[in-house]
Amino acid sequence: MQYALEGSQALARTVALCRPQVIAAYPITPQTHIVENLSKLIADGALECELVSVESEFSAASVVLGAVAAGARAYTASSSQGILLMSEVLYNIAGLRLPLVMTCANRAVSAPLSIWNDQQDSMAVRDAGWIQLYCATNQEAVDTTIQAYQIAEQTELPVMVCVDGFTLTHTLEVLDIPDQEQVDRFLPPFNFERGLDPSNPISIGTLVSPDYFTEARYDHHRALNNAQQAIVATAAAWGTVCGRHQDALLGVDGPQEARFGILTLGSIAGTLLDAREQYQGSPATRLLTLRAFRPFPADAIREACGGLTDLVVLERALSPGSGGIVGNEVRAALSEMHDAPRVHNFTVGLGGRDVPLDIYPRIHEAVRAGSGIPFDILDLEPHKLPAAG
Amino acid sequence: MIEIRIHGRGGQGNVVAAYLLAAAAFEEGRYVQAFPNFGAERRGAPVTAFVRISDSPIRRRCQVLEPAYLIVQDDALLHLPDITAGLQAGGPLLVNSNRDSAELAARLDRTVVALPASALAQEILGRPVPNTALLSAFLELTGLLPRAALIKALGERFHGAVLDNNRQLVERAAAQVSAGAWQEDEHAVRA
Repeated sequence: MQYALEGSQALARTVALCRPQVIAAYPITPQTHIVENLSKLIADGALECELVSVESEFSAASVVLGAVAAGARAYTASSSQGILLMSEVLYNIAGLRLPLVMTCANRAVSAPLSIWNDQQDSMAVRDAGWIQLYCATNQEAVDTTIQAYQIAEQTELPVMVCVDGFTLTHTLEVLDIPDQEQVDRFLPPFNFERGLDPSNPISIGTLVSPDYFTEARYDHHRALNNAQQAIVATAAAWGTVCGRHQDALLGVDGPQEARFGILTLGSIAGTLLDAREQYQGSPATRLLTLRAFRPFPADAIREACGGLTDLVVLERALSPGSGGIVGNEVRAALSEMHDAPRVHNFTVGLGGRDVPLDIYPRIHEAVRAGSGIPFDILDLEPHKLPAAG
Repeated sequence: MIEIRIHGRGGQGNVVAAYLLAAAAFEEGRYVQAFPNFGAERRGAPVTAFVRISDSPIRRRCQVLEPAYLIVQDDALLHLPDITAGLQAGGPLLVNSNRDSAELAARLDRTVVALPASALAQEILGRPVPNTALLSAFLELTGLLPRAALIKALGERFHGAVLDNNRQLVERAAAQVSAGAWQEDEHAVRA
């Protein structure tokens, strides 16, 4: 059914439809009101679930780790500094192959202190061994959250659903919230075969000597790569249930004959779609929206880049001393491609800086002026910089 | 697509005003987007929020840079030098103020309608929260949406006596402005 809802509200209702049994969260900044809304649903009796309000994100992640290990469907959400405080536990959740779903409401990481949107937080834990799916709209966030439980429980890998903080979480818009019956049909009750059981005690997370550590890590790497198939199949299956097309690994929009492409992830995608219509004088442009960042869909990216001479990777994070994070990975993937496009890498929208429509002609202009831009911050305002030290 | 910017102060229900206007348009079958310009969330600080209303899905996620209308919840904010920044040529302002519309119009060199929204709210709700009265006056001036849509959106948020009082406030505020005064304005083109 269609509603006009704020992103956080929509996500809370969607999580509730997935029937989590345990939710643990640190309730204040940098929390969003996803868990606040969930706590209301529980207090109102609309959701039967154990809510554990904890004193830190480290504890939140630890509680849901234990809950999933004991066979419960669980949920948590955080962002920014909270994600970093969780990071040790995030590695453990992944390494233990626990099928948890969490929302990262993407926000900048301090210092300087910022409460606003960029994607530095989830990028900082890209190597934790989680599946990471980025959402371009609140509708995608709703649909992806439901799919995330199925992907997690099929692959026994945790899934982080990345949703741009404020830009999506605090924006009210029109979206469809599926029926409980649709979600129940799609998402059977969680039955964790490795779940801890007092009548059949086992130990998990024990010491692994060098004899086996490499194999455990490789097995995890292989599982993440293989998860691409589950992501694709789940998107198709949910598409059949909800009647909406679901991009799985990445979305491709624009003419096949285009020679210019822009790859981005998250909510900038919609602005670029509108801008392409508005600035028709710019060269024909294919827009690629990366949904799965982990596993990294190198084959799908190469295929989507066929025929391009220039590809701009536009991202909302920065690896100081190196440059773009996604840009470097795309460049590495395309190095194995015959007739690969030149890759230009721009960071924009750090710490909540607005990404306006005219970013689109500015991208075209910057690429026209340069000959292969390794990395630049496109919306930098140089007059605000201190003198170089 | 119609784009509106709402100015207020933290604690005045600025974001709620944006959400209510969008929710009212949704009740009329429009596509909508409403979001705050995420400033530091402290009581009394100047804050802005944006609303987009359209007949087709809204894809852009950028801030509203060139609004067709401004709604200003506190007339002291009119002293901010950039209050009308980006407002389209001929774009009018609806201001919560006890002052005279003509006086404010002369000062800003813009079309201005002043409405004593806080006073009306104080009288009817017992709290000086100006947003409901301003939204009702805005819909009356522009003819953008029927009053019933706003009342329906209020009904999603409030119940019982609070809803009844808000309904009364909607009627009172609408009666204080000239219906359709901004309807012939080029900015009042239906979204």
